[in-house]
Amino acid sequence: MFEKVWEAHEVVPETPDTPAVLYIDLHLIHEVTSPQAFSLLRERGLPVRRPDLTFATMDHSTPTRTEQIFGGAPIALESAAKQIRELEKNCREFGIELLDLRHDQRGIVHIIGPELGLTQPGKTIVCGDSHTSTHGAFGALAFGIGTTEVGHVFATQCLLQRKPRTLAVNVANRLRPGVTAKDLILAIIGKIGVAGGTGHVIEYRGEAVRALDMDGRMTICNMSIEAGARAGMIAPDETTFAYLAATPRAPKGGAWEAALERWKQLPSDPGARFDREVDIDAATLEPMITYGTNPGMVVPITGSIPDRRDDPMFAKALEYMGFEPGAPIKDRPIDVVFVGSCTNARLSDLRAAAQVLRGRRIARGVQMLVVPGSQQVKRQAEAEGLHRIFIEAGAEWRESGCSMCIGMNGDTVERGRYSLSTSNRNFEGRQGAGARTLLASPLTAAASAVRGRITDPRELLDA
Amino acid sequence: MEPIRIIRSRTVVLPVDNIDTDQIIPARFLRTTTKEGLGRQLFADWRYDAQGQPNPDFVLNRPEAQGCAILVAGRNFGCGSSREHAPWALVDYGLRAVISTEFADIFRNNALKNGLLPVTVDEATSAWLLANPGVELTIDLERTTLALPNGTEVRFPIEAFARYCLLNGIDELGFLLGRKTEIEAYERRRSAA
Ligand code: SF4
Repeated sequence: MFEKVWEAHEVVPETPDTPAVLYIDLHLIHEVTSPQAFSLLRERGLPVRRPDLTFATMDHSTPTRTEQIFGGAPIALESAAKQIRELEKNCREFGIELLDLRHDQRGIVHIIGPELGLTQPGKTIVCGDSHTSTHGAFGALAFGIGTTEVGHVFATQCLLQRKPRTLAVNVANRLRPGVTAKDLILAIIGKIGVAGGTGHVIEYRGEAVRALDMDGRMTICNMSIEAGARAGMIAPDETTFAYLAATPRAPKGGAWEAALERWKQLPSDPGARFDREVDIDAATLEPMITYGTNPGMVVPITGSIPDRRDDPMFAKALEYMGFEPGAPIKDRPIDVVFVGSCTNARLSDLRAAAQVLRGRRIARGVQMLVVPGSQQVKRQAEAEGLHRIFIEAGAEWRESGCSMCIGMNGDTVERGRYSLSTSNRNFEGRQGAGARTLLASPLTAAASAVRGRITDPRELLDA
Repeated sequence: MEPIRIIRSRTVVLPVDNIDTDQIIPARFLRTTTKEGLGRQLFADWRYDAQGQPNPDFVLNRPEAQGCAILVAGRNFGCGSSREHAPWALVDYGLRAVISTEFADIFRNNALKNGLLPVTVDEATSAWLLANPGVELTIDLERTTLALPNGTEVRFPIEAFARYCLLNGIDELGFLLGRKTEIEAYERRRSAA
């Protein structure tokens, strides 16, 4: 599948001396990684070659408090407000469509691309953001780029790229109840390691992957980058087509039929060869949770923190986390719970968290933030009454954005506090200087919020 | 961009694996719209304490680290976020090369576009460099070699086109703009299909 998409986008194939010139079908931009690229265009007097293939939103440094977006209150952080104004100005000047702060379709860039139907099978998609891998769930080739490359795509709609290698991750059997796509991808990263996918595009295959809905598939592809991979892909199928058919910007009528014909040709041929293959059995997996300072430091929730005292990196990570080697991970107290991010803030994630919280309250002393991935997700959740479940449970219900995944907008975790987060990175300081992050699924996050301790969600789902 | 041929410097050593770009430059410093001055915030959460005072134990704060242009780090350097602010901060601080056994893909691309040389070495060389901070090294991009103080030379891999651009101080955008005819032909082919 990767080969087919790659070859269809070669403007000039690679040679030993030069990388391929690869054509880009969709360029997503946001406020944090684009300003310096616009400056480059200005310095050189260049236009954006294809504003019609470029699409902007704001998410990283935007506020999530309703009054700062709709209520006329100023954005608390002046530097964030400046980035937002700058993006508005740049998009106006270069003729790029922007979903601005108050737009009812605004949201995290990797959530709105699919939601609007801009993300489609077989496309090449880039964004100045590593989690662009999310869009691969539709059988697109999607990867993150730096700001200089954002400038290249602005100016030429192309990138210079060496062809990556391929890695098949074959997931046999089905996930058991209470075990989600998030647990599966955490288990995969635990198995291949945070650099296990470097230089590769991963294709996720097998029964468990086919059984996932699009939201779950996006969760999987989203975290490909946490295994070091350039991109993650899942072959499009009826689930993909049904999702896209309901989106506003997917092709319609005859164009839809033609697109469908093309998309059906994309899946890898039987017997396709990959540079590497990894097998994993979904039926043996349990809910997973991280204990360290990268997403590969992960254990089943029923397990214990490994004991590798003699490894100085390991000791450093555990010291940061304040954990003892060999101790069980379950029942450790937590201070903050964050349900959000481009990994787990789609409607089905919120439904999962609500399923656990319905009729329950979060533990005293725990702060819980639920931040929908887009304004559209927010409206859908409200239509189902999910927001009432969260608010009655004692959680805060916010406007969409990256929020506490990265803490750029001021939604941060205090130094030394434990945060159970549905996001994708537990790096030191990711959620705020000195913050200690544990990554898990929305089910685990909600169950742990109820008890104030790390909790196996299956204990509350059965009850 | 200035052409790069030879980088000669003492090393500063950060013996940590999987140094992600959130460590190189924490996200709260990304609310900027320019590239300038990011060197001050390089490794901010390791370099400064909670009060913003320099942490005397952190290697970049020691007197012997001042003026070093080569950073030696553990495996998988630059993983995580695609922020180009990471190489901008490293370069602004005064670093010209990073040596590791492995670099994350996006970081490597970003570094090369900013005249920061990612030098990939084998485990044994890396282990020796990590254990011997402050040694004087010579990196020769023309010959793609790294010369150790005892005169041994180690070759390092680098993508041919990136090397060409660095040696000649050319940026890739010029090359891409030069492919205009091919790009237009491709767009015509696509819209006809
Ligand atoms: S939610 Fe987090 S990981 Fe996703 S785009 Fe925003 S900051 Fe990046």
